[in-house]
Amino acid sequence: MMWETVIGLEIHTQLATESKIFSGSSTEFGQSPNTQANAVDLGLPGILPVPNQKAFEYAAMFGMAIGATINQRSTFDRKNYFYPDLPKGYQTTQLFHPIVEHGQVEIRIDDTVRTIGVTRAHLEEDAGKSLHEDFDGMTGIDLNRAGTPLIEIVSEPDMRSAKEAVAYLKKIHAIVRYLGICDGNMAEGSFRCDANVSVRIKGTEAFGNRVEVKNINSFKFVEKAINHEVERQIERIEDGGTVVQETRLYDPDRDETRSMRSKEEANDYRYFPCPDLLPVELSDEFLAQVRERLPELPEAKAKRLIEQFGITDYDAAVVTSDRALAEYFERAAEHSGSGKLAANWVLGAVSQWLNDSDSNIEACPVSAERLGDLIQRISDDTLNSKGAKAVWEAMLTSDASVDELIESLGLKQVTDTGAIEAVVEQVMADNAGQVEAYRAAEPDKQGKMVGFFVGQVMKASGGKANPQAVNQILRSKLGG
Amino acid sequence: MSLSTQTLKSQLQALSSKSVSSVELVQEQITRAKALNADNNAFISFNADGAIEQAKQADQARADGSTQPLLGAPIAHKDLFCTQGQVTTCGSKILQNFVAPYNATVVENLTQAGAISIGKTNMDEFAMGSSNENSAFGAVKNPWDLDRVPGGSSGGSAAAVAAGMVAAATATDTGGSIRQPAAFTGTSGIKPTYGRCSRYGMIAYASSLDQAGPIAQTAEDLAIMLGAMASHDPKDSTSATEGTEDFTRDLGRSVEGLRIGLPRQFFTEQLDDAVASTTHQALAELEKRGAVLVDIDLANIDLSLPAYYVIAPAEASANLSRFDGVRFGYRCENPKDLNDLYERSRSEGFGEEVKRRILVGTYALSASFFDAYYVKAQQIRRLIKNDFVAAFEQVDLIAGPTTPTPAFKLGEKTDDPSDMYLQDVYTISANLAGIPGLSIPAGQVAGMPVGLQLLGNYFDEARMLGVAHQFQQITDWHSRRPEVSL
Repeated sequence: MMWETVIGLEIHTQLATESKIFSGSSTEFGQSPNTQANAVDLGLPGILPVPNQKAFEYAAMFGMAIGATINQRSTFDRKNYFYPDLPKGYQTTQLFHPIVEHGQVEIRIDDTVRTIGVTRAHLEEDAGKSLHEDFDGMTGIDLNRAGTPLIEIVSEPDMRSAKEAVAYLKKIHAIVRYLGICDGNMAEGSFRCDANVSVRIKGTEAFGNRVEVKNINSFKFVEKAINHEVERQIERIEDGGTVVQETRLYDPDRDETRSMRSKEEANDYRYFPCPDLLPVELSDEFLAQVRERLPELPEAKAKRLIEQFGITDYDAAVVTSDRALAEYFERAAEHSGSGKLAANWVLGAVSQWLNDSDSNIEACPVSAERLGDLIQRISDDTLNSKGAKAVWEAMLTSDASVDELIESLGLKQVTDTGAIEAVVEQVMADNAGQVEAYRAAEPDKQGKMVGFFVGQVMKASGGKANPQAVNQILRSKLGG
Repeated sequence: MSLSTQTLKSQLQALSSKSVSSVELVQEQITRAKALNADNNAFISFNADGAIEQAKQADQARADGSTQPLLGAPIAHKDLFCTQGQVTTCGSKILQNFVAPYNATVVENLTQAGAISIGKTNMDEFAMGSSNENSAFGAVKNPWDLDRVPGGSSGGSAAAVAAGMVAAATATDTGGSIRQPAAFTGTSGIKPTYGRCSRYGMIAYASSLDQAGPIAQTAEDLAIMLGAMASHDPKDSTSATEGTEDFTRDLGRSVEGLRIGLPRQFFTEQLDDAVASTTHQALAELEKRGAVLVDIDLANIDLSLPAYYVIAPAEASANLSRFDGVRFGYRCENPKDLNDLYERSRSEGFGEEVKRRILVGTYALSASFFDAYYVKAQQIRRLIKNDFVAAFEQVDLIAGPTTPTPAFKLGEKTDDPSDMYLQDVYTISANLAGIPGLSIPAGQVAGMPVGLQLLGNYFDEARMLGVAHQFQQITDWHSRRPEVSL
């Protein structure tokens, strides 16, 4: 039987405002517990919320970036449930009239482009944190996070594979980072994701029972958790069972999901309009100002980079997947004067370093300008590719300039034809037998055989000889 | 006559002419209030030392030339206004030890105006009640007859003013909690337009209906108090940009030509006959002075009570969720687990009426009943508001009884919540529509005071207070005080 997977994502994006959505407390991450919780965040009696305008601006920016409708009148609602890290006993959110609706983003997998619908993006306040580990028989409550502004971005059930879900997640991640409205830090919980997963027989219309998978807070886990859940559902149905509509928690250590609560156990959140907050009214002027300040977004940037630097569609798409990486590329390309080489390096050595160090481009010890210097030395034939690689490695641990490193490593490429000719003659004299064989061979075999001599010459020159020059000189002398 | 039983206006004049110092007046007021409190239980706590200290500062400030409008005047706050450093109980065991680290804006405004709080007045728990019998700190008794209730939920503030324990007090009104106790105790009280006074630091019952206002002996005192209490407050998003104004400006204005609407729906068989005739006599006094009485219809007004008892409990059920025993307030002993902590802290901390309304509200908001109750109630609310808007195109004011009967006996209605709820039948619509309403003494029935209610258009408090003041120039019901024994 052919199964089809149906996935929708709910992404919680912490907005990078300095203060909370309804209080003046700081939103900075990693401070001592409860040092960033004032009377509003503690839910003390008589205290009232005062909205942070910046959160409306950021939500509107996101809406514009995904071509969505920005509702000029949206309202806040209360979602009621008891939990110790939810101080008021309700979360202030937007159920009935969200600020952003009906957007879409494009994702690319290999050469296929698909459009994923965004149902809505609404503003809400984050809860605090319950700390179960450090307290024997007790739970610690840290309300520093309580009241941090979020937009919850809810997709249509438009994704058909875990790969697509990851591509969509990465696209949203790139957009919020481009906009500067979220730091995108998944480890710190600034960007979190729940997946609604169901399966159906390919070709059928009706959706299967859906399972909400929670706690999938890295790109890697999203793919693994969804794939695991899809397998679990298919197995269950093929074994004659049914999928129960429920919420499951992903356990990355065991790579499995386990049941949290069933539909019957689900809370009745008793949503109703929050009487402490007036409707959010966004004027035409406000929206026009926000639109004016929108930065260049991934697709526009990719298009421009292709035109400006002559790089391929693929390279442009990868380079622009992250705003900081795109800016790094652009600076390196401008500085070096070679877009193509810059793209090769950013997608090659730089990406390799990002993977190996599990870090971000801001932390890269080689600035875009220094990479530009290195590329210049490749373009002007000072370095061959092997030498360039060695200089790059050295740059990762040294502050010395590219030219200093070339000098100290002795990697300056030999382009002096006289010097190369001398080496070639020496190699030919040392390998007279191979020269005989070459000269006796058919022309179409000679092409392969020349590689041996090139290798010997490069070895003899300590890797510094210009490979093109070596090739040219060898062919003329061997032919002679 | 002792200055402590006189109007706020008289006390301010005495202070300003330096015929009495604030220390003397505050001391006299506290002594009297403490003595009477044993009988009527109008106060939950006193702030004697703090008040005397503030009085000394006020006398110094006056010597230094300060002209703050309420400088040195003793007042009291309903115990749901947070007062920094003092216990604020909201009439509940769950907050019996709660000390707020901030002042309510209304408290702050009055302090800035120079007023001195001598203590916190008793109230129905979380402002839920119409008799003040729902207080965790004991029922308040009506100074006119200690066997009768003073009304609620601001029964403590009303009783305190009626007994001359304080000349003026703050109060709040969610469905009649200022006007009904004012009517029962022969005092004057105004619920301003929704948003006129900040709700910041006022412990919420039903956020879309709650509004602070003063209770005092006269309309003139109300105007003085409201001028200090009202403000536009950035800390309350629902606070009106109108802010405060000179509410005394229309006190001298004649009622000649004033069009007063009498809703037919307010004068029906559920209104006590004696209260009805008292109301008509009071209105006749205004008519004699040139006011024009017009019968009007408020077609949907009969739906006020059911709509209110969906909306108010619904909001309360969420507003009171924060009292969970986790961060502040009452916590049960030795909780087994989290659910036990929640269940017992709330079961033991809240009184019966509060629990009833939380249950009603939770039910009304549940997914299966939300449309049938909450949504429907909001639709009714809009219709009621539209009725008032249309009425104020025909008339300047609306008048009628404040309550269907005079004050009833303690315990008389405690077994029948829905009969108790009928107490608010004439007052609730003003909260649903957000319009201002006031109650002034209109007469007596069998020795108990009866109130006349005036409802006005949005932000028309000054005009309403002017009419009330004119009425108090031609009648003396407001200056009649109960016999109290010290």
